[in-house]
Parts: sequence; structure tokens; C-alpha cells
Amino acid sequence: MTLYAQNLSLAGRLDAVTAELRPGEVTAICGPNGAGKSSLLSSLAGLLAPTSGSVLLGGAPLADMPAQNRARAIGYLPQVPELAWDVTVETLVSLGRLPWRDAPAPETQRAIDQALAALDLADLRRRPVSKLSGGERARALMARVLATQPRWLLADEPLANLDLAHGAALARHFRRCAGEGAGVVLVLHDLATAMNHADRVLVLSSGRLVADGPPAQALAETVIEEVWRVRARWLGEQGAHALAIG
Amino acid sequence: MTRVLALLCAAIAFALPLSLLAGRVWIDPFDPQTHNAALILFELRLPRAVLALVVGAGLGAAGAAMQGYLRNPLADPGLFGIAPGAALGAVLSFWTGWAATGWALPLFALIGAAGAMALLALIAGRSGGIALFTLAGLMIASLAGALMSLAISLSPTPFAMSEIVVWLMGAVADRSWREVWIAAPLTAAGIAVLITAGRSLDALTLGDMAARSLGVDPRRLQALLILGIGLTVGAGVAVAGIIGFVGLIVPHLIRPLTDRRPSSIIVPSALAGALLLLLADVLCRVLPVAGGELRLGIALSLIGAPFFLALLLRMRRGLA
Repeated sequence: MTLYAQNLSLAGRLDAVTAELRPGEVTAICGPNGAGKSSLLSSLAGLLAPTSGSVLLGGAPLADMPAQNRARAIGYLPQVPELAWDVTVETLVSLGRLPWRDAPAPETQRAIDQALAALDLADLRRRPVSKLSGGERARALMARVLATQPRWLLADEPLANLDLAHGAALARHFRRCAGEGAGVVLVLHDLATAMNHADRVLVLSSGRLVADGPPAQALAETVIEEVWRVRARWLGEQGAHALAIG
Repeated sequence: MTRVLALLCAAIAFALPLSLLAGRVWIDPFDPQTHNAALILFELRLPRAVLALVVGAGLGAAGAAMQGYLRNPLADPGLFGIAPGAALGAVLSFWTGWAATGWALPLFALIGAAGAMALLALIAGRSGGIALFTLAGLMIASLAGALMSLAISLSPTPFAMSEIVVWLMGAVADRSWREVWIAAPLTAAGIAVLITAGRSLDALTLGDMAARSLGVDPRRLQALLILGIGLTVGAGVAVAGIIGFVGLIVPHLIRPLTDRRPSSIIVPSALAGALLLLLADVLCRVLPVAGGELRLGIALSLIGAPFFLALLLRMRRGLA
């Protein structure tokens, strides 16, 4: 079931973006600040109504889909996650099951347990969120999205607050989800992460899609120079690239 | 959670019969000879106590839902302008002289509440945005407040003016079963509506966007909130005048005893609100005040304002 942005425009933020995203792949959305990355992700999640164009999930317009079906199919992690109440990690993760409110209790518990285990949070499940470090909190918020067990995982900068080990573990988890047939779409600021972990990269600049393809092609040094206006050079090799600036 | 509910139910079951004995005439349950005991109990104190429970339950549940919706522990159901709207309706019934006829006062107040709800829905309903909604509520509250002051200042008689002022202070004294029959079904319906909104309020814990990604329809949620708070608060004001702080204090006291999800707080807050108002009303009856009894609305403000201040100071410490 593909997720298809069809000629998507959003006043002042996106300009006729067309991209067909496939399940089983990790797709990264990259671009400089203000390029429209988060807008594209929220539009793909069905949370922003485009001024023109549409988003199709499995060929059907996302806008016409019942909210609960959409919520089951697409999990979304906002860039600046909020948390109004000081709930425990487990309660937070259980909120991801809201679209499945009719599911039997054991199934719900299993999904929560799996999400906690996937992000190494099983030992912290009873801890109030206020007592977590920044990285633990970011993992708990991501676990909430995983608990929905959506076919599409859309996350805005999911690795931003994580240390090296947990960042790598989450990247591996995204890869595993894709291996199991889910579609993974990540907004990534860090180009090396995109280069090393994505199957496909969409590069946005001023709301326009300027490159789309395998990381080595979409994030080629010439593209980086043109879009980010810095001279950069890729070091390292397959899966362990680093970007040298200047 | 079940333990909290059981405890609150037990506390109410214990406090209700005891509350009936206290007052200007103390009734000794072991002395059946007290003059007019049956009359005092069944026609004065029981309806008054039941009314305190009903109004308290409505305010408690409305406060819990309101704090969940605005994601703010300092939110109070009064913010939506529904209480001032209902009060304005009641004031107009005094002003026009209709208040003297049985059902007119609560009816006018309910019309006022419905007017505030309709205005709120009209201004804010289209976008479903929370900030616009809150501002619309504040605008309605201040408009209703201004119109009330106007009505008071233009009172046809000094008698009407004093009646309005006293009524606005909020009380469940001198109420009959009629007020109970008006408030109870509306409050029950309102609490049921707020319970229905519980899951969506839980999702809102994660913020607006994440809640929508979890399938929450912001417009439906807003409509449920307007209806639920309109029914509970509107009915409460219609029969008891303005009673503040219950909706603010109660969810606070309850939250640490639960898993802190808004949906877990609504029902316990209703029970705790009922208990608080019942106890506060007994206190009003028992405290010796020159010239009669302390008004319930004043008593709760006297308890509530320092509580609010303590809360603010604690939050400030938390932020520092």
C-alpha cells in the first residue's frame, strides 16, 4: 500500500511536490531549515490540508478516510512532542493504542510491551515522564508511535535527542519495521544519518522537491552544495559515511 | 483507580447522613422527639444535601474535562463563559421580576447557558483551535459580566438589586426538590457527555497534532466539551448561583491518586466535587456568622483562593 503525494502544494510551504513512497523502505526527507520537511511529513500523515493536490494511501484519498482508519494506518511523531501530564512511561505508550480502542486487552498489552522492549524502556515503564532524561523521554514518545503498530511510520527528527547507542538502535528498529513491510518516513536534519540509514532520500528546498533517489544520488556533494550552499565531502564507506564540511 | 472510586463513594455514603444532622437545629438521631425533625430532614436538609452533591459532581467533572482539554492544571470551567452566561440569565429573571414564579429563574439561567454555548460554538467552532476557543470563552465571560453589572446598576428596585447580589454569591440553602429535579438529569447527562470525550482528551495529552494523528476529531471534541460543560455548569449555576474553585481544586487533588490521564480523572473528580460541596455546605450551616449563614460561594472562594496561590507558588518553584 503506497503513500502518494500527488502534486502537493501548501500555501508558502510546499510547491507541487510529487512522490510515491513505498512500504518496505526507509525514506528520509532532508533539506535546509524552512524547506518544508515537516510540512510535507504532516501532509503525508493527513494532518495538514493541502491547498492543492492530494495524498493517496493505497490509491484512496487520505482526506476522505475515516480518522480512526487513518490513525491505525499511519503513526506520526511530531517534531516538538508535547506532554501535558506527568504520566508514567507505560501510560504514555498506551496512548498509542487509542486508535485500537476495541482491541482485546491482551493484544493491547502485547503491543505496549513490544514497543517498550523495542526502545529499551521495559525497566522504566513505571517511571513518571518527568523523571526521565531527554533521551529516555524521546524514546518513550517514539514508543508511543510504535505501540499503534501502524503500516506507515512517520517521524519528525526521531533521532535528534538520542545518544549514539540508542540512536543506532532506533535506526536498526526502523530498518526492522521496513523489513517487516512497514513504510518508514523520517525527517532527518543530519545528512550522514540519512546517507547511512535510508533507502531513499527526498531533498526539499524552498518547498520544492529538488532531488529524489537513493542516498548516494540524492545527497551527492553537488546537490549539497546547491541546496545547502556549503562545500561538503563524503568520507567513509557504505553504511558508515560521515560528512566533512568545507 | 477502583480503590479511589470506592473510597470516595464510601466517604459520600458516610458524610451524607451525618451532614443532615448538622445545622441551626442539631438533630439527635437517638432522640426522636426533636421538634419537626422529619420536616427539617426531608424537606430542607435532604434536598439541600442532594443538590450540593449534584452541583459539586457537575463542577468537579467539568473542571477535570476542562483541564484536560486546555492541558492546563490552572483551567477552570468558568473560563468558557458558560457560568457567567447562566448567571446573566438568572440576573435577568430577577430584573424582570420573573424570578418570583417557580421555574423561571433556573429556566432563564439555562437559556443564558445555552446562549453562551451557542455563541462559543459559533465563534470558535469552525476551526476547532483551542486558543481561539479559550479567547472566545473569555470574551463571552467578560461580556456577560458587563451585562450583569449593567443589570445590577439599572435594577428597578433596591430589593431586586440585593436579591441579585445575594443570589450571585452562590448557595444551596433554601432549595427544594424542584431544584434537584432540574439539576440532576442535566448534570448526569453532562457528565456522561464528558466521559465520552475522555479518550480524546487522553490523546490531547500529546498535543494537538499528535492527538489528530491518533484519530481525534477536534471539532467533535470541542462540541462534546461545549455540551458537557454547558450541561453541568449551566445546571449548577441555574440552581445554585456561581460557585467557583470546585472545578479548579478537585481535579488537582484527584490527579495524583490516578494515572493522570484526563479520562481517569473525570469520574473521581465528580465524586470528590460532590463530597467537597457537601462538606463545605455543612461548614456554612455550622459556622456562626452574624446575620445568617455564610454563603457557599464565598466559603469556597475563601478556601479556593489560597489553594490557587499555593498551586501557583509550587509551579513557580517547579519552573525555577
